[in-house]
Amino acid sequence: MTEFLEAIQRVPLIRYALLAGIISSLTFGVVGTFVVTRRIGYIAAAIAHSILGGIGASIFFSRVYDLPWLTPMIGAVVAALISAAVIGWVSLHTSEREDTIIGAIWAFGMASGLLFMHYAPGKAVNLESYIFGNILLTSKSDVIATVVLAGIILTLVGLFYHKLVAVCFDEEFARLRGISSNFYYLLLLVITAISMVLLVRVAGIILSLALLVLPAATASRFSRQMWVVMLIAVGIALVYNAGGLAVSYQLDTPTGPFIVLVASVVYGLSFLLKGKR
Amino acid sequence: MSNSDKVIAEKRIVVQCEDLCFRYGKPWVLEDVSFEVPEGESLCLIGPNGGGKSTLLKLLLGLAEPDEGSITLFGESCDRARSKIGYVPQSMQFDKMFPISAIDIVLMGRLDRLGFGRFSKKCRSVAADALDEVGLADLANRPFSDLSGGQRQRVMIARALACEPDLLLLDEPTANVDLSVEEQFLETLVELRKKMTILVVTHDLDIVSLIGDSVLCVNHRVHRHTLPLSGDTIKEIYSGRKRLEHDRRTRHTQGDHSGCRHD
Repeated sequence: MTEFLEAIQRVPLIRYALLAGIISSLTFGVVGTFVVTRRIGYIAAAIAHSILGGIGASIFFSRVYDLPWLTPMIGAVVAALISAAVIGWVSLHTSEREDTIIGAIWAFGMASGLLFMHYAPGKAVNLESYIFGNILLTSKSDVIATVVLAGIILTLVGLFYHKLVAVCFDEEFARLRGISSNFYYLLLLVITAISMVLLVRVAGIILSLALLVLPAATASRFSRQMWVVMLIAVGIALVYNAGGLAVSYQLDTPTGPFIVLVASVVYGLSFLLKGKR
Repeated sequence: MSNSDKVIAEKRIVVQCEDLCFRYGKPWVLEDVSFEVPEGESLCLIGPNGGGKSTLLKLLLGLAEPDEGSITLFGESCDRARSKIGYVPQSMQFDKMFPISAIDIVLMGRLDRLGFGRFSKKCRSVAADALDEVGLADLANRPFSDLSGGQRQRVMIARALACEPDLLLLDEPTANVDLSVEEQFLETLVELRKKMTILVVTHDLDIVSLIGDSVLCVNHRVHRHTLPLSGDTIKEIYSGRKRLEHDRRTRHTQGDHSGCRHD
C-alpha cells in the first residue's frame, strides 16, 4: 500500500488516474441508481458499445485529415449522444421494438469502430485498451474532460432530481402535472450516455456496464430511499476505483477486470445477505 | 342544504360531456356519450371490462381527444383544466421495489410548482397535510415497498390531494387491495366526498353504495342510474346475458331501437 501512496506522489500518471477515478465515481453512483431503478441497463450497454464507433471514427478522421483536436474522447461523446438520441426517439415515437434497436446500435457501433480502426493510417490502434479499459493511460487532458463531463452530469441531476425521479416512477402522472415526460426520459438517456463515456475510460466497453450497475444494485440492498442509495453507491464506486487502481498497480494486473470481479462478488454477497424478501 | 336549495343555488358544472364519440381504430369505443357532474357530487363509473371506462377516464385527463362531440372540465378543455384534477391511477402499475418514501411520492403532486432543485416549504407542508388527511402521517418516511396494499393506495390518494384538486378521479381504487385494509380506505373516501367532486371507476359495489350520488353505466354508450341500485339492476349490469337486455333497454330509452323487436 505504501508503495502505491508513494507512487501517487511520484508518478503524475497515477495521480491522474486516481483523480479521474474519484471524479467519475461520483457520477457512476448517481447515474447508476437511475439506470437500475428505471431498468435501462441494456440501453446503457448499447451506448457503451456504440462508443467504439465514435472512437474509431475520430481516430480515422483525425489521422486522414490531420485534425489533432479530434480526440477519441470527443468521438466517444458524440457517438454516445447520437445513440442515446436514436434509442430514445425510436422508443418514444415509433412502434419498433426497443430491444431490436438496442441490438442494432450495439453491433453497429462495434462494427464501425473496428473498420475505422482497421483503415486508419499510421500505427496500429491499441484496441484492447478501449475494449477492456486502461485507466493508467489517463492524461492530464483526460482528467480535465472528466471534470467537465462529470460536472455537466451532476449539475443536470441536481437541477432536475425530483423530476427525473418522478418520470422514472410514474411517467403518466408526471405528464399530468405538466412535466414533459419525454424530455426528461431523453435527458436521463443523455446523462447515461455521458456517464458511459467516463466509464469506458475506466473499465472499457465490455466491463463498463458492470461498474455502472453493480454499485447501485448493491447499494439498493441497503436503503429504500433514492438519494441514500445514490450516496452509498458513490461510496462503493469510490472504493472500487481507488482500490482497484492500487491493487492493479501493486500486482501489475489490469484494472478493469479486477474491479468488475470484486464488484460482482460483493453484489452477489449483498444479494445473498439482504436479497430475500 | 335541502333539495330545493340545490335547485335554486345553481351549481357549477364540473364535468360536461356532450355527444362524445371516440375510437382508436374503426369501431367506436364510445358513442353519443352525454352526462354532467355538478360540483360536489360523486359519480361512479361502472360497467363491464372493455366497455370504455378507462377510455372515458383518458379523455377526461386530456390524454386523448374526442373524435366527435365535446368534453369540458370547469368549462375549459380537459388539457387546460388538468391542474385542477387529482388523479389516482390503478395501483398495479407501480414498481414496488422503487426506492422512494411515502412523502416523496406525495410530493409528486406538487411537481407543477417545482422549478429547479428542491421543493419549497409550502409544497412540503401541503404534502404532509395530504398524507395526514389519509391517515398516514406517521408513515411519511417509510419506504413505499414496506407499505401494505391499502396504505400504498392511500399514498396515491394523498399524492392526488397534494395537487389541491377540485375534482378527484380514481381508477379502480380497490382492485388489488387487501379486503382487510379496505375498510380504512373507504372511510378516507367517505371523508373526501364531503369536500370535493369525485369521479371513480370501480367494480366495487361497496364504493358505489358508500360514496356514489349516482352511477354511470359505461358500455359503449352510457346511461345513468340513481342510487340505491336494486339487486336486479346490479345483476343486469354484471351478468353477461342480462347485460345485453340492459344495454338494449338503454339504447331504447335513448331512441336507438336497432336492438328492439317492436315496431
